Amino acid sequence: MKQLLSFVRKEFYHILRDKTTILILLLMPIIQIILFGFALTTEVKDTRVAVLIPQSDEITTKLVERIHASSYFDVVNTIQSSYEIQKTFRDSQAKLVLVFENDFAAKLKHDGIAHIQLIADATDPNAATSFTFYVSNIIASYQQDMIGTMKNPYQITPEVKMLYNPQMIGAFNFVPGVLGMILILICAMMTSIAIVREKEKGTMEILLVSPMRPIYTILAKITPYFVLSCINFLTIIILSVFVLKVPIAGSFFTLVIISMLYIFVALALGLLISTLTESQVAAMLISGMALMIPVMLLSGMIFPIENMPLPLQIFSNVIPARWYISAVKLVMIQGLGFSAIIKEMLVLSFMAITLIVISLKKFKVRLE
Amino acid sequence: MVKCIDLHKSYGQTIALQGVSFEVNAGEIFGIIGPDGAGKTTLFRILTTLILANQGSATVNGFDVVKDYREIRKCVGYMPGRFSLYQDLTVEENLEFFATVFNTTVEENYELIKDIYQQIEPFKKRRAGKLSGGMKQKLALSCALIHKPTVLFLDEPTTGVDPVSRKEFWGMLKKLKAQGITILVSTPYMDEASLCDRIALIQKGKFLSIDTPLNIVNQYKNQLWAVRSMNMSKLLNDLRSNKSFENCFAFGDSHHVSIENKKLEIKTLEEYLLKCGHTDIEITEIQPTIEDCFMEISKDTTL
Amino acid sequence: MDNVITATNLTKQFGHFTAVDQISFEVERGEIFGFLGANGAGKTTAMRMLCGLSKPTSGIGTVAGFDIHTQTEKVKKNIGYMSQKFSLYDDLKVWENIELFGGIYGMNDQDIKVKTDKLMYELNFEKERNMLVASLPLGFKQKLAFSVAIFHQPQVVFLDEPTGGVDPVTRRMFWEMIYKAAENGITVFVTTHYMDEAEYCNRVSIMVDGRIEALDSPKNLKAHYSAKNMDEVFQKLARKSQRKE
Repeated sequence: MKQLLSFVRKEFYHILRDKTTILILLLMPIIQIILFGFALTTEVKDTRVAVLIPQSDEITTKLVERIHASSYFDVVNTIQSSYEIQKTFRDSQAKLVLVFENDFAAKLKHDGIAHIQLIADATDPNAATSFTFYVSNIIASYQQDMIGTMKNPYQITPEVKMLYNPQMIGAFNFVPGVLGMILILICAMMTSIAIVREKEKGTMEILLVSPMRPIYTILAKITPYFVLSCINFLTIIILSVFVLKVPIAGSFFTLVIISMLYIFVALALGLLISTLTESQVAAMLISGMALMIPVMLLSGMIFPIENMPLPLQIFSNVIPARWYISAVKLVMIQGLGFSAIIKEMLVLSFMAITLIVISLKKFKVRLE
Repeated sequence: MVKCIDLHKSYGQTIALQGVSFEVNAGEIFGIIGPDGAGKTTLFRILTTLILANQGSATVNGFDVVKDYREIRKCVGYMPGRFSLYQDLTVEENLEFFATVFNTTVEENYELIKDIYQQIEPFKKRRAGKLSGGMKQKLALSCALIHKPTVLFLDEPTTGVDPVSRKEFWGMLKKLKAQGITILVSTPYMDEASLCDRIALIQKGKFLSIDTPLNIVNQYKNQLWAVRSMNMSKLLNDLRSNKSFENCFAFGDSHHVSIENKKLEIKTLEEYLLKCGHTDIEITEIQPTIEDCFMEISKDTTL
Repeated sequence: MDNVITATNLTKQFGHFTAVDQISFEVERGEIFGFLGANGAGKTTAMRMLCGLSKPTSGIGTVAGFDIHTQTEKVKKNIGYMSQKFSLYDDLKVWENIELFGGIYGMNDQDIKVKTDKLMYELNFEKERNMLVASLPLGFKQKLAFSVAIFHQPQVVFLDEPTGGVDPVTRRMFWEMIYKAAENGITVFVTTHYMDEAEYCNRVSIMVDGRIEALDSPKNLKAHYSAKNMDEVFQKLARKSQRKE
């Protein structure tokens, strides 16, 4: 036990004395969250709006004026037919198109109800959510004002339609994605590099020629990165809840459980990579190529899995991050309980056990 | 203490060891002497249980290097060829770490390393990577000794180290030997051979000879002359072009010429060199050094 | 006198630490100059300054007639360099290494080709021409590395412990190559830990604590310090060292 503790302490010295690396490791989640969070801006000042009004009347004019008067919107264009809507978006003339119903004022007066369709360009889902929300508010407030002047209760119903990104992949989705990526990066890549470094520097020779049990070496290497991962996990959660306002809808405890499981999978992967490589550069390249890229592209973090070609969908099953991200989405965003993520838990547990068994078997008590 | 029988090892196409057998007695300094690539490191790695031989067997302290590798790892000290300590840990931290790795404490075996460690103790708060070559070597030796090993394996501890530090290092080994530790040491420096009790000359994975340095020198079968003149470069060419010698090599301030016994008189050689136009000719019969012996014995296997 | 290297009060400081302390010496054309010293005495730092890799803190130095402060590029063009650690690319073939270094020093392809053929013949390397350097024995590599270092006919070649770990026979063949290069007018500046090799040099300087403590021919040094070989001379001088790190 004393051996292990002293080994763990040594690992912490290594990490803490390498100022550049530790700084990168601690800042990376923050920077990624900020990049993803604010590059997909929620600021909707002066959003360009186009309107399609079949018959102009008093109410439509007033509504358009009111929207234009708001600091959020600029009504830049009036289009004549629904055929032009696509073109308007494609030429980036507007981010939002308001389509008024035929005989808008007349319908409102006779039936007491009229429809406006809000068609939004949702390539930037955060922004789209915000500005459709604002427009709906403006319409609602106009409606309120009208109720005061007219006898009958009128209702203007806005219908929202998102173009290009109907699932609204974005804000809520990148937090699980960043979690999945950071954890695999730190656990797998850093662990493998830490072990391989001992081989490269020749210190592994001395460790092997000592009564130190290999399992201690492994545990000691894993511990600091486990701690680092937990810190990063907390950083990401805190940032997402307090800065990005993405709340944890489900139970925090469940989220922690699934994350621990995922961390184990990642650590085991790192161990496996370290047994297969002889140099730090090789370990880095393998973790980079074999882990980072699939995690980014195939885990559902950037591209929805449902939209992938079938072979890639099948392949995505072996990527741990895919299951983790899906579980985090279910718990953190949809607020579902433990029973909803049983499948993900099982898959990840299976992966963890398999990988740990393989890497322990592969871990050599000799140099070759 | 150490016993090897017919060890073979190859890495793919490259043959590192081809049939090495020897025994090391308790309490002796056994030197393995040969150039880089001769197989010294491979041999040490087999004995320290780091790699497996393709063929042959070996025991250290009575334990088999394959079956009882755990036992061996408890009782040997090993200092690999390159500096293998943690550069980002301080002197003190390195020593303490290796003490716990070997299930002991610095205090417990301080007596053994005291002489060596005291020389670097003033710098104990310094990171190992910032030490000079000689000090790194002392720290590495302290770390290898911290668990009071019965057998110490030193793989080229003096390579790249200046002559003064090398002398100091061998002084330390003598003291360790006095404490009863068996030492296997490899070196490419032939002049260090005389400091060992027994030596093995190794070349291309084969032992050329195993004996005490004195016996190896005595077995040198030819006569050896040291030849000097005003123009050493021309002298070498002239000696080389004379076919009556076995071989001729530059050796510090003189050239060593080996002659089959009684085949040639010193006077004859002197006359020949005078004829070639040399002045200040000086020819003396000398005792061969280990290096002379190594070159003589390895003649058949060199390129 | 035709001096290829001159150093006048050359000094290099790192912070408060004076690695090289006002060294002055000259090396003549075609001379084999041994540059000895204990680990940490300042040899490497001095050699780096002469090769134009590190700027002196003060003092003047010229190599091949060029100032090591201001004309480092010209200095580099006129020197060859070989060390035990880095010499050739292991993953390139023998001829590829030669071509590469010939190209780096701006030789034209025709010259490279002719000289490569000649070199392969002289070294008896024709068989190995197409082999990867990694697969050559160490002795071969060192010989090849030296040949590559002087391939572009530099005025000076700097050798940093060129024979470390090489077997005794190859070590001597290596020195014979050095002699030959010197006869062809290439000045050789060499560091070594083998004291018998110091005897092969025309003149030897011994550095202790950043200063040159002795500089003379091996014969004079031995006479002066009443020592029977260079090892004794070295031991006597280097033991004076006050530097403890």
